[in-house]
Amino acid sequence: MRDPLPPPAPPASPSAGALLAANWPILLGLALLALVPTVASALDNPFYIRLFTRAVIFAMVAVSLNFVLGFGGLVSLMHASLFGVGAYVVAILAHHDYESTTLFGFAGADDLAISIPLAILASALVAGLSGLVSLRTSGSYFIMITLAFNQMLYYFFVALQQYGGEDGLQILGNLHFAGLQITQRVTFFYVTLGVLAVLLLLFARLVQSRFGVILRATAQNERRVVALGVPPLRYKLAAFVISGAVAGLAGALWATGQGFVSPSDLSWVRSGDYVVMAVLGGMARVWGPVFGALLFVLLEAFLPSWTDFWQLPFGLVVILIVVFLRGGLVDLLGSGTSGKGERT
Amino acid sequence: MSGSILAVSHLYKRFAGLVATNDLSLHVNPGETHALIGPNGAGKTTLIAQLQGELTPDSGAITFKGRDITGEPPWRRSQMGVARSFQITSIFPQFTALANVGLAVQARAGHGFRFFRNAWRDPALTGPAMEALETIGLAHRAHIVAEDLSHGERRQLELAMALAMRPALLLLDEPMAGMGRQDGQRMTRILADLKKDYAILIVEHDMDAVFALADRVSVLVAGAIIATGAPDAIRNDPAVKAAYLGHRS
Amino acid sequence: MDPGLFVEQSLNGVQLGVQLFLMSAGLTLVFGIMNLINLAHGSLYMAGAFFAAAFIKLTGSFMLALALAIPATAILGALMELVVLRRFYGRSHLDQVLVTFGLILVFNDLVRLVWGVVPVAMPTPEFLSGSVTIFEGVRYPAFRLAILAVGLLVALGLYVVVVHTRTGMWIRAGASNRAMASALGVDVQLVFGLVFAAGAALAGLAGMMAGPITAVQVGMGEPILILALVVTVIGGIGSIRGAFIAALMIGVVDTFGRVLLPPALGSMVIFMLMAVILAWRPKGLFPVHA
Repeated sequence: MRDPLPPPAPPASPSAGALLAANWPILLGLALLALVPTVASALDNPFYIRLFTRAVIFAMVAVSLNFVLGFGGLVSLMHASLFGVGAYVVAILAHHDYESTTLFGFAGADDLAISIPLAILASALVAGLSGLVSLRTSGSYFIMITLAFNQMLYYFFVALQQYGGEDGLQILGNLHFAGLQITQRVTFFYVTLGVLAVLLLLFARLVQSRFGVILRATAQNERRVVALGVPPLRYKLAAFVISGAVAGLAGALWATGQGFVSPSDLSWVRSGDYVVMAVLGGMARVWGPVFGALLFVLLEAFLPSWTDFWQLPFGLVVILIVVFLRGGLVDLLGSGTSGKGERT
Repeated sequence: MSGSILAVSHLYKRFAGLVATNDLSLHVNPGETHALIGPNGAGKTTLIAQLQGELTPDSGAITFKGRDITGEPPWRRSQMGVARSFQITSIFPQFTALANVGLAVQARAGHGFRFFRNAWRDPALTGPAMEALETIGLAHRAHIVAEDLSHGERRQLELAMALAMRPALLLLDEPMAGMGRQDGQRMTRILADLKKDYAILIVEHDMDAVFALADRVSVLVAGAIIATGAPDAIRNDPAVKAAYLGHRS
Repeated sequence: MDPGLFVEQSLNGVQLGVQLFLMSAGLTLVFGIMNLINLAHGSLYMAGAFFAAAFIKLTGSFMLALALAIPATAILGALMELVVLRRFYGRSHLDQVLVTFGLILVFNDLVRLVWGVVPVAMPTPEFLSGSVTIFEGVRYPAFRLAILAVGLLVALGLYVVVVHTRTGMWIRAGASNRAMASALGVDVQLVFGLVFAAGAALAGLAGMMAGPITAVQVGMGEPILILALVVTVIGGIGSIRGAFIAALMIGVVDTFGRVLLPPALGSMVIFMLMAVILAWRPKGLFPVHA
């Protein structure tokens, strides 16, 4: 990705017009998403709210993945597991709360104001430990090691019989956020949409910050970063932890919305799907993957109604995109990003 | 040697049976421009890489400003004031020229864990970066994306990045490599200007540039230094002529 | 653990190890020589099993089916290389991950299309259906012993080819230095194609032999692919010797881990082993590229 920003000097804020010109697709996209509940109730089809809640939550993961993938050059194949850890933390705490049992001596919780921060913390911790091992190796090893860790966490939750093992864990009882009821379908959709919008803003700031600039420089030319006097490992690790924390947040919301988690949420194929979403949407922009996630969820929902074999056309689409459409959907939207692909 | 900014003593480096650095000792004095010449494969880049820390010598010691840095990682040496420009241009192709240099300024300043403020619009970074570009005569190209710069300009950009680190020692690995006559002469003028302010260890094949710039010249053959001295003395040294200069014609 | 069980589990571990080696051999060579991450290597394992099951149905003979299915998988691998993957040697690892991920989806659905979603039964060949007495009181299935023997023979054969023949010299040259190999006049394209086809045949063989033990079904190649990737990184990318040692290590540790440790831990133990080894040696036990 070429740096999509206007020239750095003079040090002034960009005009509102310039910001709009550069970011209209996502502003339009979020505005349209905000209409989903209205349209769904007009069509009397609440399925659409569920569908787009799924899309918005997947978008959070794809955006967080793209922070390390598109901006940090790190091809992580373990984001489904980081998502799953967050989801399981919420579900397990709710389980203990419902059963009035304890975990390591602590009571459970049905208050998301407690369980969501813990979910974020747990995913960040897992990302940090995995990053410590995988980031010390080179690019190709990193891909395989993250894939292996994904599988390890998958097996871990399959083996946890007390939490449903392979069948997954149902959340019984009533989840709430510090007493606020947020799990009602429409409310919850707007909560997730709001969280996504805030995350997009934060990541947009982050990639332009000193930290973000070092991360992007490391992806372009790590040897040069070292020669400038910057030790890259700690920056990559911090980025991976941030990305993992956000994936954990998305997982926590997922568990809340579904009322159910299962090891299949951690499947390595899902990790691959997130990479596809990021690439499909376009990695040059913080918000590109949102469109990848939307397209993915829509294809996943509607392709099977035409054919039982929806993975076949989907796989072909993936292959064709790698061969032809290197900039992702963002390029088709013509929002002024470079068509040049990411370099090796 | 005491008083020198860089002192290398009895450095050895072997690769799979090949001796790349063989009992090599040299020093660079403050303010001195020291040129390193030698035929291809003599081990010049290998030496630079050991000085910068990318390679670790098998034995021997490297002292910088009186401190033993033999075991220091490359990024810490850079922070201490060793700046390297690479034989094959090494920049950030997707950033503008200014952002490239801004990153070098930021690296020196340290504060990499700032997550919110826009680095591109931070005068604390762009100010000194612009200054370095001006020194090197590239200010008019500041907002061009680096991959769109000409080869000569990229070499200049790399030098500007090194300068922005405010180094105590410049390690320049063939700064004129691949340059045409005109670009090469311009680079020679830039370096002649810089040598007033920096200690420089330069590897270069362009003999006109070497003899114009260097205060002292060391001749490296097969990993060992066979002669060190003033440019004129080196030019007339029969051993050097036999081993190296004669080689070329 | 009583000695009988110990012997039985050891044999299980080594048997899993040789199967992992058959999977990893192609993976690590393709990776080492072509610098290509092929996630679709597991699809070749699956294809081998389905081909063998189909040929058994057709011919009624396990050995004949094997003789037909191995070249069939090799041809499938060669086609995969020729049509798609050849274009991706110089591309980024991200592109390689994406394109081979797409291939997995395509292969999985093609198999569903042809064979359906119900697992296909694959009978154990008649002459290997019994069990063998290892020593007093310890009996072991003959078929599993046969897998073990075939795996060790193939490993020995590979060793001889790679270390003692001209082709092997090319392969080793390619694995340690691509540019040098092509400068020496090695027909790199041809070597790539051969290595890929051979790797496909070995993965297919592993799948065929697993067929009678596990079910022949869609997605069967994916868990073993990930284990093979673990073997590859532990052994060092491009190293046949590393793959062999790491495969046996993973096979044995995984088998005993599942027997001796509580399930949540037992299923994680090989990944932890990987983490420990990589923390100690980030390029694996036998790094090929210096």
